[in-house]
Amino acid sequence: MYRYTEFDQRMVDERVAQYRDQVARYLRGELTDDEFRPLRLRNGLYLQRHAPMLRLAIPYGLLSARQMRMLAHVARTWDRGYGHFTTRQNIQFNWPRLEDSPDILQALATVEMHAIQTSGNAVRNITTDPLAGVAPDEQVDPRPYCELLRQWSTFHPEFSYLPRKFKIALTGARDVDRAATAMHDIGLYLKRDGAGAVVVDVLAGGGMGRTPVVGTIIRRDLPWQHVLSYCEAILRLYNRYGRRDNLFKARIKILVRALGVEQFTREVDTEFAQLEGGAATATEAELARIAAGFEAPPYRDLPADSQELREQLATHPGFARWHARNVSAHRVPGYAAVTLSLKRSGTAPGDLDADRMDAVADLAERFSFAELRVTHEQNLVLADVAQSELFALWNELRALGLATPNIGLLTDIVCCPGGDFCSLANAKSLPIAQAIQERFDDADYVDDLGDLTLNMSGCINSCGHHHVGNIGILGVDKKGAEFYQITLGGDVGPDPASTRVGSVIGPSFSAEQVPSVIAAILDQYVGLRQPEERFVETLTRVGLAPFKTAAYTIPGVAPAESESLEHA
Amino acid sequence: MPERRIIRLLDGRARIVEDAWTLFEDGAAWSGEASALIPLATALAQRERLPAAAPAGVWLSPTDEPAQAVALFGAIELIAVQFPVFGDGRGYSTAALLRNRHGWRGELRAIGDVLRDQLFFMKRVGFDSFALRADRNIEEAVASLSDFTDSYQGSVDPALPAFRRIDPASRRLS
Repeated sequence: MYRYTEFDQRMVDERVAQYRDQVARYLRGELTDDEFRPLRLRNGLYLQRHAPMLRLAIPYGLLSARQMRMLAHVARTWDRGYGHFTTRQNIQFNWPRLEDSPDILQALATVEMHAIQTSGNAVRNITTDPLAGVAPDEQVDPRPYCELLRQWSTFHPEFSYLPRKFKIALTGARDVDRAATAMHDIGLYLKRDGAGAVVVDVLAGGGMGRTPVVGTIIRRDLPWQHVLSYCEAILRLYNRYGRRDNLFKARIKILVRALGVEQFTREVDTEFAQLEGGAATATEAELARIAAGFEAPPYRDLPADSQELREQLATHPGFARWHARNVSAHRVPGYAAVTLSLKRSGTAPGDLDADRMDAVADLAERFSFAELRVTHEQNLVLADVAQSELFALWNELRALGLATPNIGLLTDIVCCPGGDFCSLANAKSLPIAQAIQERFDDADYVDDLGDLTLNMSGCINSCGHHHVGNIGILGVDKKGAEFYQITLGGDVGPDPASTRVGSVIGPSFSAEQVPSVIAAILDQYVGLRQPEERFVETLTRVGLAPFKTAAYTIPGVAPAESESLEHA
Repeated sequence: MPERRIIRLLDGRARIVEDAWTLFEDGAAWSGEASALIPLATALAQRERLPAAAPAGVWLSPTDEPAQAVALFGAIELIAVQFPVFGDGRGYSTAALLRNRHGWRGELRAIGDVLRDQLFFMKRVGFDSFALRADRNIEEAVASLSDFTDSYQGSVDPALPAFRRIDPASRRLS
């Protein structure tokens, strides 16, 4: 992975010093709460229910074993021994003290980590495909471009006080979008043109939140050298004309809608014409310098097909089940990418304790060239495991409780920390996730349901990405009580055209009702599906109506409230 | 605002200096006084009076188009950009455009809710004078202009991104 130069290290060290001084001035009363808020937020520090929450950046989800051990150290020393991996490939600690936060950041800086722009109205952590560099369907390895953008967006002086947060995702895969690229403020689709040169399709105006929007591609086949200038054009337009009068209408998607895509695109192109070929044009030399950090690890020469693996799969059904769900194909013969499930029943989705962080770091060193990735579904990936070692790895992961064979299944629930921790939340999310996992503890049934995403957010900020879950659950507050609204049909496809926001099925439910409602919806699916038909495919074919009927006619379950279907 | 002190960058060094400009808020009547910092709209409407009022200055609100100020460049010595609240970042783009696109070489001042934790960014987009909010310690604030030694991306100061200024060899993998 990319390693810091002295230049990069000094930047992070100076940030720690700056932040330490800001905290000291705040504690001395020289900064008001309102003045300190954006300063601490752009260092990832929220003040919330029980204690501050500190969100650390894991740039594009890439983590070394050494860095993972530092996260364990942070969890033990300054938190309660665990951390929470987020849908933006970051990690959050829920119990640090404000006074300790400069020390935490200083410790992190020793392993080339930081919390820069993990919150606040600035460009956030760049996210990408967790299988970058190893996926067989990859056209372009997005990691060097991610780092190019990370550096460009770090402390960008013009774009540090935007109307609202700004999220950029990249993907270089052809068949599957593992970064939900179309749901970002800017999405960059890397591909190769006829001559083999890297070009970019630029999407703008996607986002979740109160008004979920699938973004629109506004520029096709942009030569990669122009990607920074083009992003600058978009951000300048947004910084100058995005709404600042209403928090809920401040994202770029609202500006795109207000101007119309054609007008927005024209204005971006007019601005880009001024910047094209200018100082921000990226150079081959710089890309090569960065890309050197992402050179392939020293793979061994292995047979594509391991006889040993085949025998192990034949004799160990549990291993075979795990292999079918948690192991992905690799572009290098004899290797595989392994997803470690952080979705064990009884544990909050995405949570990992310090001992397991250390253990996972050990496994990364032993099996996968000392590197890990965080997925936006809140799992971890060991991206470079020899097929002949999968069985040994599985045994280690089983002992740690990280081998739940549920990747991409119902119980691989994506979930924000919700009302138990977050002061923004309207409702708890973790107990609902747990109740669903307990209700669906029959692994054969869940396996039979097949590919199905269930996403839950504790409020409309949508950190749990419920809008794009095949089944989405949103916590809502109704006169001080917690209710849950269900959406169906959200889906992340390989491109914007096949990415969909789910539809609300009707009045919301109480916490106790949610598992039964999900069960009724799934029973309906099992009754209606055709062979090999995924949940969303059945839904597309038959429409929402049968699922609504199932959800609202469960014996003994009346909707918790009555209201129009159109409410938001 | 008489007797007020500001931060000025002179030859790249920050100094605290007395300031003689008088700010005319929106709607305040300007009757041709010199050393007046007047709204862009006022200056455009009364352009012919500017030479007699030398030195003259204009200030831009976040919604003012910097391109409109270009017509006044020959008649003014100071452009100020107003930050109504420190979190309103439109003024950063206004400054960058005035410098990089429209070629303003004179003094460029941040006014309004100007606080020390934004000074570094303001300097980078081309501001070279800073009217710190009056209730803040101006001597201490100067330190924040050098919070960072260098920057990744180009803007105004410096204009070039690090990858065009610094030999890749000296940015080798550590």
